[in-house]
Parts: sequence; structure tokens; C-alpha cells
Amino acid sequence: MRQYLLAMYQPVGDPPPPETLEPIMKELATLNDEMKATGAWLYTTALHPTATATVVRDNNGEPLLTDGPYAEGREHLGGFTAINAPDLDAALAWAARMARITGLPIEVRPIAFTG
Amino acid sequence: MTDTLATIFTTEYGRAVSVLIRTFGDIDLAEDAVQDAFTTALHTWPRDGIPPSPAGWIITTARHHAIDRLRRDTTRRHKHTQAHELWPTEPDDNAAAVPDDRLRLIFTCCHPALAPAAHIALTLRLLGGLTTPEIAHAFLVPETTMAQRLTRAKAKIRDAGIPYRVPEDADLPARLPAVLLALYLIFNGERTATEAIRLTRILADLMPDEPEVTGLLALMLLTEARRPARTTTDGDLVLLADQDRTRWNPAMIDEGHRLVRTCLRRDRPGPYQLQAAINAVHTSSAPTDWPQILTLYDHLHTLTPTPVVAIHRAIAVAEVHGPQAGLDALPELDRYHVYHATRAHLLRQLGHHTEAATAYRRAAELTTDPAQRRHLTRQAAELTDGGRNPEGSTATID
Repeated sequence: MRQYLLAMYQPVGDPPPPETLEPIMKELATLNDEMKATGAWLYTTALHPTATATVVRDNNGEPLLTDGPYAEGREHLGGFTAINAPDLDAALAWAARMARITGLPIEVRPIAFTG
Repeated sequence: MTDTLATIFTTEYGRAVSVLIRTFGDIDLAEDAVQDAFTTALHTWPRDGIPPSPAGWIITTARHHAIDRLRRDTTRRHKHTQAHELWPTEPDDNAAAVPDDRLRLIFTCCHPALAPAAHIALTLRLLGGLTTPEIAHAFLVPETTMAQRLTRAKAKIRDAGIPYRVPEDADLPARLPAVLLALYLIFNGERTATEAIRLTRILADLMPDEPEVTGLLALMLLTEARRPARTTTDGDLVLLADQDRTRWNPAMIDEGHRLVRTCLRRDRPGPYQLQAAINAVHTSSAPTDWPQILTLYDHLHTLTPTPVVAIHRAIAVAEVHGPQAGLDALPELDRYHVYHATRAHLLRQLGHHTEAATAYRRAAELTTDPAQRRHLTRQAAELTDGGRNPEGSTATID
């Protein structure tokens, strides 16, 4: 069994209106339940918008803070789900369902190790 | 002896690598071990003679080499343990499982999570036993670029956990086209056509119920059969209508025709079957049955409505309904030499010699094939020399 990160990329800006978002969140919750029932689910996170991000760099021993995300872009990591899967095909199958529900691209990356 | 060994290498390398990958779950280890086994054979066979089952000998020896390497390499031993969790080993003695290993490996090489360029390179490397320099040559890229591409693809198979298996029936229709496309592109490579036919034959044997696989094999055989007649001894292009049919390979033509009949009987025609059927008509009786070819192109164009197919269809339209109808059916594809060659051919038939010569010259500029360029330039010259040979010859150039 391997572990995979399913990372969801979403456009910068306001989230869609509740009437659009609510059914999506409901379907995602159902998908998570199914992942839990099959033993695939490890954890899920959703992130606040990139406007809330702060980047910390080291400046000769002093932390140097900058407002905003690490890289400017039209799309940012909005949240992720970590799963167990026997192989990439199984992970891609879960990702395909997340992409269908959300309409967003999902990046699948194998987790090298967890501490 | 060296020739015998080279032949055995060509036919058995992919089989041995695929068996070793299943056993050890490590592509690099499998490749190294199989290469070690062939090196051992090079030293011992001249002395001891060729073993009764060379393929079995290579696989057994490679397995011993792999185990030796694992004993020496503790990192790999750890990986081996992991790999076994990932790819549980089935009993090795099952003879029927051997061809399946190659099929599994083709699907792994052509997994949609890998870049399409990697599909073909990996298939040639792992199943065809071609060296990295040979593959780099076929792709017209520097050797280091190809080495990096192969290393990256193999690392992704390992680290991302791309499974080593034939997809389940439900996923098969979606995954088969990538495999067939890889084989088709390998076939179109100048030095890799024979290898592609061999791999497609394996696939066709293993998947007799997939008519597109049969169709692709038929298409390859009917195309390859005509290769000796396609150019003169000087390397000049000979048009289909002018080809010496006695130089075609009759065994390949017969097998191709038989395969076309077999797959079309299943009544699930796809692009490869239709292209094979078109080639079957071309290689049947002379003169060519153009109405039949037009019907097949109509069907092909419905399935794959690309400009390239439309251009070839227009050639058939012209043969059946005359050059003006052909011109009317011809879609413009300015950067494709066949578009200009076809247009030139039809314009000449209509007596527009100046326009035809210009189109021939444009086609000659665009083609990358020297034999085609000579042919097209000669056509242009004939027209500007006062219009000798006003009938022209068929625009079908293969």
C-alpha cells in the first residue's frame, strides 16, 4: 500500500456562491465517507484563500516575512486529501471523482515518506 | 554464433525483461540482469553449445544474476521487499503467464500517466531491447535527452506506483488506443518497423477478441509488404499504380488480407481496421476498386474527421467523380505536403498546368523525404517543360 496526495487547485478569487458550492461540498463529503469506508482516507484539509498566506524566509538568522503566497499565479493549492491506495491507478480513480465533483484540476503525487 | 545470439536477443529480450520485472518488481534490476545473462551466454554458448531452450536458459540465468545483485546490494534488497508488497509474485512455472508478462509490460509502458513520447521510447527499450542510442536516433534527439527521458519515465513507474498489469475489461477500451498508437508510431520509424510488427503480433495473439489490434497488424503487414516496390534501386519514389507487384511480399499480403477479413467480420470497425481495409483494396486486383475505397474513406472520415483523412478521401472522390469533385472535397492544410501534391495532381488533370507546377514545388519544399522531394520536383519540371505527360499519374504516393 502506498500513500498519495490529491491536491486541488483552484482559481484565485472569491469562492463560488453558496448555491453552487453547497452541492459540491455535499458530494465531496460523500466521497470522503466512501474513502473512509474503504480504508483509503487518511486526512483532508481545506485551506483559506491565498490572501491569508504569509511566506517566511531566513535572512541571516532573522525571519523575513512577506505577505502573500510563495508564488503568484492564477491558481493555488486550495486543499488536499491524503489517501492510501494500492497503486497509481487506484489513486487516479479517486482523483477523477474529485475532479468531476469540483470541476477543478487535481494533482496526484505519491508521498515519499511521512514523519 | 554471434548471429544466433543476436537473433535470440531480438526475440527473447522483451520476454525475459518482462518476466524479471514481474518477479523482482524493479525495471532497472530486470534490465541489468537480462543484459548480464546475454553477456554470460556470449561467453559460455560458444564453448558449451546452445542450450535446448535458449529463452528458458536466459530467464533462469538472468534470475540468478538478479538474486546475486540483490544479495550484494542491501538498498535494493529493501526495495525488493517493498516491490513484493506492490507486485505480488505468482508462481513462475506457469508457462501461460509468460506472454501475459509482455502484455502487462506494454500497458505499463503506455500508461496514460506517462508522456506519450515516453510510451514509445519505453516500449522500444523494455520490449524491443533497443539501446538508448538506437532509440535516440529513431526520435532524432540527442542521446542524453533520450537517456534522461527513459530514466524519468522509469522513475515515475517506480515512485508513483504505476501498476504492472493489463487494465480490467472496463478500462481496456480507454487504454488500448495509447498502446496501439505507440505501436503504430514505432512502425512508422524507419528502423523500427520490423520490431513494431513483432510486438503487434504478440498483442494480436494475446488479444484475439480486439478487432482493432488485428486491424493494426493487418495495416502494418499490407504496408510493409509493398516496401520493396516503393522505391527504385536509386531510391526514387514509385507511385502505387506503377509499382511492380511481383516485388510485393506475397506472404505478408495474404496474411494481411486474411486478417482484414477476420477483424471486419466482427463488425466493430475502427480506424486501424478501416485503414487496413483500404490497403487491402489497394493490394487486391488491378485496376483499383475506387468506389470501394471511397466508401471506406467515408466511414473512416466519420470516425476520425481529421484534415489528413479528408485529403486522402478527396483523392478517392477524384478517382470516382472526377478531378473537379476531388478539388471541391479537398480541405486546405497548407503545411502538409500531401495537400499540395494532391492539389497539384488534380489541377494538372484539369489542365491548369502553371498552378499545378507551383503546387508541386510547394509540396517538394514541405516533404522531409528525399525520394518524395525528387519525385515532386520532377513533376513540377515536366509541367513547366511544356506539359508532357498531361495525364499525370495517380496522386496516391505510397
